[in-house]
Amino acid sequence: MLWAREARPQHPTSPFFLKLDLLAHKSLVKTLKVFFADQGFTKAQETFRVSVYGREKLENEMSISKDAIYDSAKRGPVALEELRGVFQYRGLILQLIRKDVVARYKRSVLGVAWTMLHPLGMMIILSLVFSTLYHRQGDYPAYILSGLIAWSFFSQTTNGMISQIVWGGALMRKIYVPHTSFAVASVGTGMVNLALSFVPLFLIVLLVGIPIRWSILFLPVSMLLLAAFALGVGLIISTVSIYFPDVSEMYSLVLIGWMYMTPIIYPETLIPESYRYWFFRLNPMYYYLKIFRAPVYDGMLPEMDILLPAVLISILALTVGWLFFSKKSDDFAYHL
Amino acid sequence: MTDHLPEEVVRLENVSVHYRKPGSRIRTFKEYAIRTLQRRLQFKEFHALQDVNLTIQRGEIFGIIGNNGAGKSTLLKVISRVLVPTQGRVWIKGVVTPLLELGAGFHPELTGRENVFLNGSILGHSLRDIEDHMEEIIRFSGLREFIDSPVRTYSSGMYARLGFATATTWEPDILLLDEVLSVGDEAFRAKCEKRMKGFRNGSTTSILVSHSMESVIALCSRVAWFDKGEIRAIGPAKEVVAQYRKAQPGEKENAVHKNKPA
Repeated sequence: MLWAREARPQHPTSPFFLKLDLLAHKSLVKTLKVFFADQGFTKAQETFRVSVYGREKLENEMSISKDAIYDSAKRGPVALEELRGVFQYRGLILQLIRKDVVARYKRSVLGVAWTMLHPLGMMIILSLVFSTLYHRQGDYPAYILSGLIAWSFFSQTTNGMISQIVWGGALMRKIYVPHTSFAVASVGTGMVNLALSFVPLFLIVLLVGIPIRWSILFLPVSMLLLAAFALGVGLIISTVSIYFPDVSEMYSLVLIGWMYMTPIIYPETLIPESYRYWFFRLNPMYYYLKIFRAPVYDGMLPEMDILLPAVLISILALTVGWLFFSKKSDDFAYHL
Repeated sequence: MTDHLPEEVVRLENVSVHYRKPGSRIRTFKEYAIRTLQRRLQFKEFHALQDVNLTIQRGEIFGIIGNNGAGKSTLLKVISRVLVPTQGRVWIKGVVTPLLELGAGFHPELTGRENVFLNGSILGHSLRDIEDHMEEIIRFSGLREFIDSPVRTYSSGMYARLGFATATTWEPDILLLDEVLSVGDEAFRAKCEKRMKGFRNGSTTSILVSHSMESVIALCSRVAWFDKGEIRAIGPAKEVVAQYRKAQPGEKENAVHKNKPA
């Protein structure tokens, strides 16, 4: 209870806000339930798609041509074919995302709200534990949460891709679908969850008294960059795990180690100054953490020496991952 | 007989599929490293298909028979683009729709309706297209009362009905059926067979793998008999089935009996 004694004088209004918080969650749950109800979600997708592509064009593109000819002797590069396949089967990707978001919580009462409650609960536990250790100031929960949601997105999507490829594998043994669509769908699911977890993040940020600035409009860019990185890494890991199932076990251990090497729950100053610079700069996740934390916690755009490496690593990871996955993609059905 | 001119929709040229034998598959890094060091990275190969040449015309119901492990399912996988053949060429015109086995592509927690959306998009149809066909799918499957319950509450027959209805509502160019008609009750089976025969006059080609010689004779125009990855015989259904039956040890008498009335 050391934390409680130290922290309470700084937050006299906390219990009141907590009540508000609960209330907000209740109404949010309601809205989300309506939104994710059968027709709601489908209609929303439909409206979005029609507004983006235009109805006629959409119909022409989506119907796979009756006279389509498949000739195993005349195939283009697999990487390009996969890319075209993902575009052609974008309806499938949307359905897969929907399946993951909806089915996961289907039996629970709070449903999709768990997506928000989970990082929130995690943050509360971590700030309770670590605020005693590091004697941090009152905005520590926001510091943790801003890093935590970025990290959870990365670890969940890359891990999710491994299990998606197993679920999809049963399917891929029976019917042709672009193999990358399962990986792309897990990133999509992750992005939906990430977008939802911004709600508790903003609540906490306001609660600890950090003003929300215009810089938060940068968050979608951060999301895309991290998504590209996660997709690239996930494609590599899931490809390898098809051949060596032990890799998925190894990877979850690696993730734990990686998390503690990234300043998510501890301040950067914890690492001795003599090697702090390289300790962080050699860790790709450090850059993504920073581009998430800067707009929310620091209220400013990320600096160039952080943003530029992040962009480069994203492009590199995605290219390498996509090519590597495509190279092995024909061989999958023999191994799944 | 079809009215229009014969038109090839499936052509296989010298198609071979070689698997690595499961026993020699390397599962761990350690093993991989050791084998690489010992230069023993060769695998025993299993020839699932060997030099298969085959053409199928538009509108046919083509049967594939053979004992277990003869390469029947592998053939369907090659046609449906699931497997890229080790050697040879596969040429296909039109959209191939495999009728998925029980549960593949269904998510138990989702409702029947949601699963039709999921399954339809797996088959490559657009959301709007699926919405337009929903009514017909519900009608054909006869699952109107259950369509909004999670499919984990369905019986296996109900699964199959929903799967068949979703797959065949679109009149695929090429329909692949791998032993799927053996589930479901008599009435539904009759309904499926009727629908397939309806296709025969149209433009749909069906390729059917079955162990039930009765339904093969009843439905198929031509049949290929596969044995150890090669085609043993190909031709009119009755003749090939008769040859196949003769070759089965212990079934000789049976075969004679069954063939006489037919």
